[in-house]
Amino acid sequence: MTEQHIIDELKTIIIPYTEEKSALENIGAHTDFIKDLKINSANLVDIVLDIEEKFNITIDNDSMAKMLTVKATIDVIENKLQANAG
Amino acid sequence: MNNNRVVITGLGICAPNGTTIPDFTEAIKNGSSGITHQPDLEALGFSCQIAAKPSLNEDRIAQYFTPLELRNLNSSGIIYGVIAALDAWKDAGLEKSNDDEPDWESGTVFGTGTSGIDKFRWAINKIDELEIRKLGSSVVVQTMASGVSAFICGKLGLGNRVITNSAACATGTESILLAYERVKSGQAKRMLAGSTSDSGPYIWGGFDAMKVCTFKHNNEPEKGSRPMSLTASGFVPGSGAGALVLESLNSALARNAKIYAEVLGGDANSGGQRGLGTMTAPNPLAVQRCIKQAIENSRVGADEIDVINGHLTATSKDALEVENWKKALGSSADNFPYINSLKGMVGHCISAAGSIESVASILELHNGFIFPNVNCEDLNPEISSLINAKCIPQKLIEKPINILIKASFGFGDINACVIFKKYKND
Repeated sequence: MTEQHIIDELKTIIIPYTEEKSALENIGAHTDFIKDLKINSANLVDIVLDIEEKFNITIDNDSMAKMLTVKATIDVIENKLQANAG
Repeated sequence: MNNNRVVITGLGICAPNGTTIPDFTEAIKNGSSGITHQPDLEALGFSCQIAAKPSLNEDRIAQYFTPLELRNLNSSGIIYGVIAALDAWKDAGLEKSNDDEPDWESGTVFGTGTSGIDKFRWAINKIDELEIRKLGSSVVVQTMASGVSAFICGKLGLGNRVITNSAACATGTESILLAYERVKSGQAKRMLAGSTSDSGPYIWGGFDAMKVCTFKHNNEPEKGSRPMSLTASGFVPGSGAGALVLESLNSALARNAKIYAEVLGGDANSGGQRGLGTMTAPNPLAVQRCIKQAIENSRVGADEIDVINGHLTATSKDALEVENWKKALGSSADNFPYINSLKGMVGHCISAAGSIESVASILELHNGFIFPNVNCEDLNPEISSLINAKCIPQKLIEKPINILIKASFGFGDINACVIFKKYKND
């Protein structure tokens, strides 16, 4: 799965959680969920649950704590996907 | 301490027989029932398989909640409460506060008995299945008792006091008293008062098990709730929400608001579960004392009261309630006011009963009518020996009324009573 493919999936997942439509439109590796997308921090756990379902992975607490930007989130998803493949 | 006059400037309703003020007004005038057969209660082996709940479609609900909120929303009480509250706010001609600053002058007292009982059940099952992580962020805000006032607060941007009260079946009437006191004392310009109650087997089951609900009318739901009838055999469980905007008269006049009625005062007390009072039965002395104190606090004469909106749940206790009213008012059989019970149409809406019935009461005062009692064509002789049968209208009466008294009584031996007066521009 390419990085762009993961970003596209993330974008779809995040739609209901943000009202910053232009920031979402321009989402990239550098995007910060709270600073740029103004996502309510309580909803980050919901986004993680949606990601788990979408990518069929399980995300541990330590990884979850790192998932504050798109870049960090992609890293976690790629790691888990590789672990699954292995 | 200020001593503001307090008026009602907005109404919202989410009742089993109407979910807008025009529909509800029409329904209560016509005696239309909101009680229906419930296949889920039958499947679960309930003794009482009829109940009353508001009829709402997805499009209506989507007008009040964001798509994100709707994704995991499983709290019927919050849905009913938010609909009634936002409609009341709009009816009062009020806007939500701007995005940057709350409306410091406005708050809410919005009561409930439980919150999000279906959501709670789902969460408990997830935990027991060792899937606690899957709860997400939506469980706490929907199952905390104050969930309904928290949702209302956020949608309107209320910056004054925001609380949820809980007083069993007296919750709705108590919410009006608490809101009234806050506006009267000048601590808030306006308070949204109201209450809500969840629907479904997990809220109604406990009452079914106590055998306080009727099991004799499963095949004729609309005949099931029979306040003041000889064949009253228990209440029919209901649900929904009612909401009223209480505002200082000065604030209402300053913004040229529509004024439905004035809140003259009231009282709340307890029988202490002493004497004849128990956890589930009211102490008659406390009921009478609450009514008398409400009249005294409102500075009206008992003989000025035109209409009683009773608690009258359709159990064997209805006659005792009428006797309490008669003693408290010091009236004879013939000069007793008109008395009616909405529960014949909507069942007993538990924590929402007091607010839904108060909305009905305000509509009677404002529009000049007395809604009919339904299902008491076979009047309980114990009641007709206390008061003249003409005091219990079974057909709509259209006439101006001036003062109405409303009371609710709840488990725990608690009472709440409030007095409303038609507002005349004077």
